[in-house]
Amino acid sequence: MSEIRNAFVAFFTSLKLTVVLLALSIILVFWATLAQVKLGIWGVQQEFFRTFFVLGKIPGTEIPLPLFPGGYTLGGFLLVNLLSAHAYRFKFSLKKSGILLTHFGLILLLLGELATSLWQKEFMMRLDEGQTSNYAESTRQTELAIVNVSDPTWDDVVAIPTERIESLGAIQHPGLPFRVVTRAYYPNAIVDASSAQGETSQATDLPVRATRDIGTRSVVRPQPITYREDQRNWPTAFVELVGPEGSLGTWMLSAMLINPQTFEYGGRTWTMQIRPERKYLPFSLTLLDFSHDRYAGTNIPKNFSSRLHLRTDDGRDDRDVLIYMNNPLRARGMTFYQASFDNDDKTTILQVVRNPGWLVPYIACVAMAFGMVIQFCMHLVGFARKRANASKRAVARTSPSASPLT
Amino acid sequence: MSTTSAVASTQQCPASSPPPPAPRPRNKFVGWAAVAAVVLGLGYLISPLFKQDTAGGFDYAGFGRLPILVNGRLKPMDSVARTSLLMLQDRQRVSSPTTGNLVGSPDEWLLDVLFRPEVADTYPVFAIDNPDLLSLLGFTEESLKINYSKSAHRILAAVGFMPGTYRRFSYKQLESKLAEIDRQSRLAEPTEESLRTPFQKGVIELRDRLVLYNRLKHSLIPPGSTNPLSEYDAFVKGIPAGAAAIRARQQGQSHDEAAARATLEAAQRYEFMGRMAYLLAIPPLSGTNDPNSWKSAGNALLESFQTGDINPTVLAYAGMATAWRNRQVEQFNTIVKMFREILMKRFPESLSKSDAEVRFNSAEPFLRSMTLYGVIFFLGIFSWMRAPDLLGRSAFALLILAWLATTAGIGTRMWLEGRPPVTNLYSSALFVGWAAVGLCVLLERLYRNGLGLVAGGMIGFATLLIAHHLSLSGDTLEMMRAVLDSNFWLATHVVTITVGYSATYLAGFLAFIYVVRGVFTNGLDAGTANAIKSMVYGIICFAALFSLVGTILGGIWADQSWGRFWGWDPKENGALIIVIWNALILHARWGGWVKTRGLMALAIFGNIVTSWSWFGTNMLGVGLHSYGFMEAAFYWLLAFCITQLALIGIANIPLRYWRSGSQLSA
Repeated sequence: MSEIRNAFVAFFTSLKLTVVLLALSIILVFWATLAQVKLGIWGVQQEFFRTFFVLGKIPGTEIPLPLFPGGYTLGGFLLVNLLSAHAYRFKFSLKKSGILLTHFGLILLLLGELATSLWQKEFMMRLDEGQTSNYAESTRQTELAIVNVSDPTWDDVVAIPTERIESLGAIQHPGLPFRVVTRAYYPNAIVDASSAQGETSQATDLPVRATRDIGTRSVVRPQPITYREDQRNWPTAFVELVGPEGSLGTWMLSAMLINPQTFEYGGRTWTMQIRPERKYLPFSLTLLDFSHDRYAGTNIPKNFSSRLHLRTDDGRDDRDVLIYMNNPLRARGMTFYQASFDNDDKTTILQVVRNPGWLVPYIACVAMAFGMVIQFCMHLVGFARKRANASKRAVARTSPSASPLT
Repeated sequence: MSTTSAVASTQQCPASSPPPPAPRPRNKFVGWAAVAAVVLGLGYLISPLFKQDTAGGFDYAGFGRLPILVNGRLKPMDSVARTSLLMLQDRQRVSSPTTGNLVGSPDEWLLDVLFRPEVADTYPVFAIDNPDLLSLLGFTEESLKINYSKSAHRILAAVGFMPGTYRRFSYKQLESKLAEIDRQSRLAEPTEESLRTPFQKGVIELRDRLVLYNRLKHSLIPPGSTNPLSEYDAFVKGIPAGAAAIRARQQGQSHDEAAARATLEAAQRYEFMGRMAYLLAIPPLSGTNDPNSWKSAGNALLESFQTGDINPTVLAYAGMATAWRNRQVEQFNTIVKMFREILMKRFPESLSKSDAEVRFNSAEPFLRSMTLYGVIFFLGIFSWMRAPDLLGRSAFALLILAWLATTAGIGTRMWLEGRPPVTNLYSSALFVGWAAVGLCVLLERLYRNGLGLVAGGMIGFATLLIAHHLSLSGDTLEMMRAVLDSNFWLATHVVTITVGYSATYLAGFLAFIYVVRGVFTNGLDAGTANAIKSMVYGIICFAALFSLVGTILGGIWADQSWGRFWGWDPKENGALIIVIWNALILHARWGGWVKTRGLMALAIFGNIVTSWSWFGTNMLGVGLHSYGFMEAAFYWLLAFCITQLALIGIANIPLRYWRSGSQLSA
């Protein structure tokens, strides 16, 4: 038994494992960089780093095949390797304090990156000048929102993430007096709502047709999923609502349609729409002013900044804030960054990030940098001392009357 | 001095070689040779400062120092002339293969473009290389062939020492094809940049060059004007009558139709000029000194409708134009001088910066240092074969000189820009070379074995050559985009990471020298081999430290500006690979799996890793860091990587086949 244990310990504490893992990491990072051209940054993060294996498909089939260890596997092994090496082999001494600190920082960094990959959420907030908002929208996820708007003072919202309706089928929600049945789902499709009715039947060969509202007048053209940074996917679904007394009809819903579709049922008014997933904030932001300065005679942006008013629900914060490049706003666990702008410089687009572990990399980095500086300085001092000794010896060896070259 | 040189001598003489019988008498030529090298080098570096274009007596230098606003920066005319020429035709000289130089300096060319466009239109300054584009423009193989009158030239052309075909064309030659060029570039434009064919790229590039040229032409005087002074005079005198006539016409009353038309036509002309102008040459009349309120001559002319007067700066340039057109040397020089004195009162700081920039331009410190580095490289190599003291000392003196010249150049750029040293790819090339050569100076000072000379000469030359090619895309002192506008992060993250590049390259090049000297010569003795080994190891430690700290700082910057510490962006990945690679080398060494040769092979691969991070990632054309898609550079990068891989292969040849093999241990 102890033999196996020793073999395990020897394997996980070995420096050889470290070198192999480092080499594999280089290959993974390099491969992922090349893959970005096709997959985009987000796709690469999912398929190379936030995964145990980089998967490929057996040609001609849909059967996944692990091709290479992913970020979780390599990171995990490195972590175990580091921890066990320190636990079994490392003896603390002042001479090794730098290395120890560097490795401690590295452990923290790996854990921090794991935490980030698990808990970080990214949203966008789009504000026109003068507009107030208390929610941010997801940049990737969409939701099917069915809202009971009968009460003018209160909206009753049922939001279903679109992943739930991807697999066609029925969803029964306690807040809804009808079942939501997805008849067709396209992760990306272009909706042309302007075409005449006659054209619709000719131009589309989709198996499902809408029977209600705008869907009856539109052409839906499914598109391949895009991973490009400057493009987005427009999830589109054909949804049938089925009440106890039968079908209410089939609607075409798309993230591309800005306005919700309204219908009456059971004496109440409802709206329905696919929209970016919303994250409601415990405060509201009002855009007072967006400014975008350019260098004279050019289009090179000199500065973007948004002046906002922040008001928390509990009334404790009620103040003006300024967000500009390299100067984000941190409030209630969320961080707001100036990301973009639109609408002839009258609309600001803020990136909103929730990352509970944001401080970890800072600590890790300070530890690593300090550790390396300590170690490097000790090496340097040692080197200088060695050279000083060597030259003393050398001087002693040569005759005192004349040293060469001088 | 005495102790280190003593060490060097002991290291160069391993136990196996016969020890020197007695301390050699000091060679007095050594010191003199070093002094002579410094004098010669210094003379070479500063000589261009005394060379001036004085053809015809015009004050070109004075004109070249006048400040104008282009691309958000106040700069001298001289810089505009030089960068425009680089952008149009990849060089600053205006000449034709058959008739030689057409103008004496870039400033003279710019004067013709601004004030005598009909003459400038005949200068061949548009470089066109794409064969499809050339045939679209109606050039045949026959018409492109250069017919030299001298038979010596013909022979030189036949063996490739002189150009055999025309490559640069004048505006006049292209004039009849402008509409077609415009049409073709419109056809090409919808294609995504990275997917364009060479023809599409060529035609868009040519269109952009023609636009730039036309914008320059309309910067200071109205299109087609032969005497702007009298034109302005008539214009300003006609304003009251013209305005009255227009008002009367609008109210349907009887009016002077000619006066109304003249005023409207002038307004349209100046509006067009204002829209086209490339130079914002007119400073605000009074009050604010904010560079952002400089405007174009056309827009300043339009203001005459309110003021009833011509802007004095517009008048000054019109005066220069008239004098230049009529070849009136004295008048031209007086106007330049007086105009300068007026500017001096209001913008003393901008003018002194302009003056310095002109001196910096004409000194060309980086091009001149590049030549010196080349010389140092060969001196270093020769010093291994003959007269190590004499050549080594002279080359070392030159190395310090060339390094100081690049230091001064980088320092000047920093002062002009008010920025840390690295702000774009061009300046990163300068800085990578500067830091690596700085380390080489230290190494050579410590070891005195010529390695610092050869490595420094090689890296200095290569990085400055890269920088030269990067400078062809325009002004290298650019304004910083908003997200990069942070001197703190530019000074910390960018500088540290660039020093990391330098160190990784230096380790790689030292290993390169080790392999080449060991395999192909018998000059690599045990002492030198050990010295290289400890240099490479030390430098890799240094590189690991800087690339790690730099990468980390980058992560913190990213967290500050984009909201995530790490985003797996190509440039970030490139930096990460350098860090991991250096860590891998160090761990493999600590584990004892690599000995000297393995260390060298790994260090050489570091060259590939660093080149990938520095240039390769920019070629992917994705990500937040991609600030330039360089196609030609791709093939050079590929070639470089192949040579490095070949070298790694050579490093793995068993030691017994190395020519120095008998002197080395594994």
